[in-house]
Amino acid sequence: MSGLDKIKRIIVVLSGKGGVGKSTVTTQVALSLYNSGYRVGLLDVDLCGPSIPKMFGVDKNSKESVVYETPEGMTPVDVFATSSDSSRFKLMSMALLLDSENDAVIWRGPRKVAMIQRLLTGVKWGELDYLIIDTPPGTSDEHIAVMTVLKQHEHAKEFLRAILVTTPQMLSINDVRREITFCHKTSFHIIGLIENMSGYVCPHCSECTNIFAQGGGTLLAEQYSIPFLGRLPIDNRLNAILDQGITKVDNGLETISETETMKLFKNIINQILDRWE
Amino acid sequence: MENQTNNDVPADAPHACPGTTSTLAGRVSACAGCPNQSVCSSGEPRRIDPAIVEIGQRLSSVKNIILVLSGKGGVGKTTVAVILARALARNPQLRIALLDIDICGPSVPRALGVENEQVHSSGSGWSPVYVTENLCAMSVGFLLTSLEQAVIWKGPRKDNMIKQFLLDVDWGEGELDYLIVDTPPGTSDEHLSVVNYLKNVSSLSGCILVTTPQEISLQDVRKEVSFVKQANINVLGIVENMSIFKCGKCHKESTIFPRHDGLRQLCETNNYELLSSIPIDPYIAKCCDDGEDLFELHSDSSTAKVYLNLAEKIQAKCQLKKE
Repeated sequence: MSGLDKIKRIIVVLSGKGGVGKSTVTTQVALSLYNSGYRVGLLDVDLCGPSIPKMFGVDKNSKESVVYETPEGMTPVDVFATSSDSSRFKLMSMALLLDSENDAVIWRGPRKVAMIQRLLTGVKWGELDYLIIDTPPGTSDEHIAVMTVLKQHEHAKEFLRAILVTTPQMLSINDVRREITFCHKTSFHIIGLIENMSGYVCPHCSECTNIFAQGGGTLLAEQYSIPFLGRLPIDNRLNAILDQGITKVDNGLETISETETMKLFKNIINQILDRWE
Repeated sequence: MENQTNNDVPADAPHACPGTTSTLAGRVSACAGCPNQSVCSSGEPRRIDPAIVEIGQRLSSVKNIILVLSGKGGVGKTTVAVILARALARNPQLRIALLDIDICGPSVPRALGVENEQVHSSGSGWSPVYVTENLCAMSVGFLLTSLEQAVIWKGPRKDNMIKQFLLDVDWGEGELDYLIVDTPPGTSDEHLSVVNYLKNVSSLSGCILVTTPQEISLQDVRKEVSFVKQANINVLGIVENMSIFKCGKCHKESTIFPRHDGLRQLCETNNYELLSSIPIDPYIAKCCDDGEDLFELHSDSSTAKVYLNLAEKIQAKCQLKKE
């Protein structure tokens, strides 16, 4: 019996490179699914640099965000608890377990593995349609741990998919290549690749600049015959909302749903759902 | 919550474990019944790893060692490390080396334009790859046979690799003026290893913390600050990367990543100097992708000047540390 038993589908968001927008994309996937009416859980297994709680404006010092230890596992945080259907969006992260926001988790591998096992199997999610897992950069302890734990689950095996995130730069592409090898070696099914930070539209003259080069994502997808899910530009408004925290902004959920990239994301989500079968 | 700070207290240790390197190890009441009691009381864990001593000898000809750190990924650690190395290497009198300890995602070879090079080993150790006459580099990337090859290693193997890099690389004859160490994101195995091996090396000048302006990034940098404090590493200063964007068409500035007071506060509370604010510049991304030298192609650009200024400040800081 574990917290994963009542979860229908699991999506793991991966990238070999740091700072390409794994957490942002994870947030976008989760919000899009939530907006489509699904019950969504979001798990952040980045132990050393958890960003998800901040992006949602979940403050561990507030009463609503306290994690309780129960016989069935740790209780995740209900993020949009004020809305009518309160428990449709749940969140869990290392950041919620730390005493202070500035505490560093200075752990070597084995300790991280134990923590990830606990986060994966010891959370009382309840019934979920989708569990989205945000990962740290690289192909090391955390990733091996996530794979090992999830694969032990008969149930999880069939419903497990990965989304890869990259920026258009060659530097990032090279790291994602390594992540693809990791997925192949661990026979992890990749549902598609998203190219993030693809161009920036100048707010003054609407000229689009490719800050981080261009086209790398499509090239990579072709090379490895991975479905290319789409291209997302750098979105100032989205960045500003996530930096403040969605629940800290007035009508945060509505405002973020109206940003340019969230609109583009509808198409990406549809592709993910279509390709799942 | 579990104890997060005491590195020598094993995760599964009894509640009041004094730590394996404590002089009380194996002797306090909490140790009774612990399977490691005899090992701890023998004093074995307190012995200094002989590798640390050897590393000290190997690196004795290096004048300044600088770590480039950031809690967050993708903020430009490699970019800053590479361009800083190139900026320093513009002075032909100086010998610069760049060591990439990002084992799972080595980007230094690409950013220096030496992606397809291989490392050669000789009697005196591994020879690094030379980019120019006075600039050389070492990275896991040089040891891989193809770009696709993933290094799917757990902690102990990464630790070993880093030890080997510090111990077995032959940085060439004579003195090395600057050894810049590029690190992966986070505060984990690689960081603990490098800090552990370098803690007795007197030429460790300190670290540069790289961040982008957002709160999301600063949050991780604060964690790195607490790591740096615990590890007792000198902070040379903070570099703010991707600060503003200047449109190539209308030349107006805009902030891509939200900026606010957080960085200034971080600097003030810890008494760190903000060494420079580097703008977002498509040339930089292009240069790093193509492995070109920014100072050759765009020597007049404002970004190049910002980097040269940074290099000067770093040199001054290292000098100051010495005196």
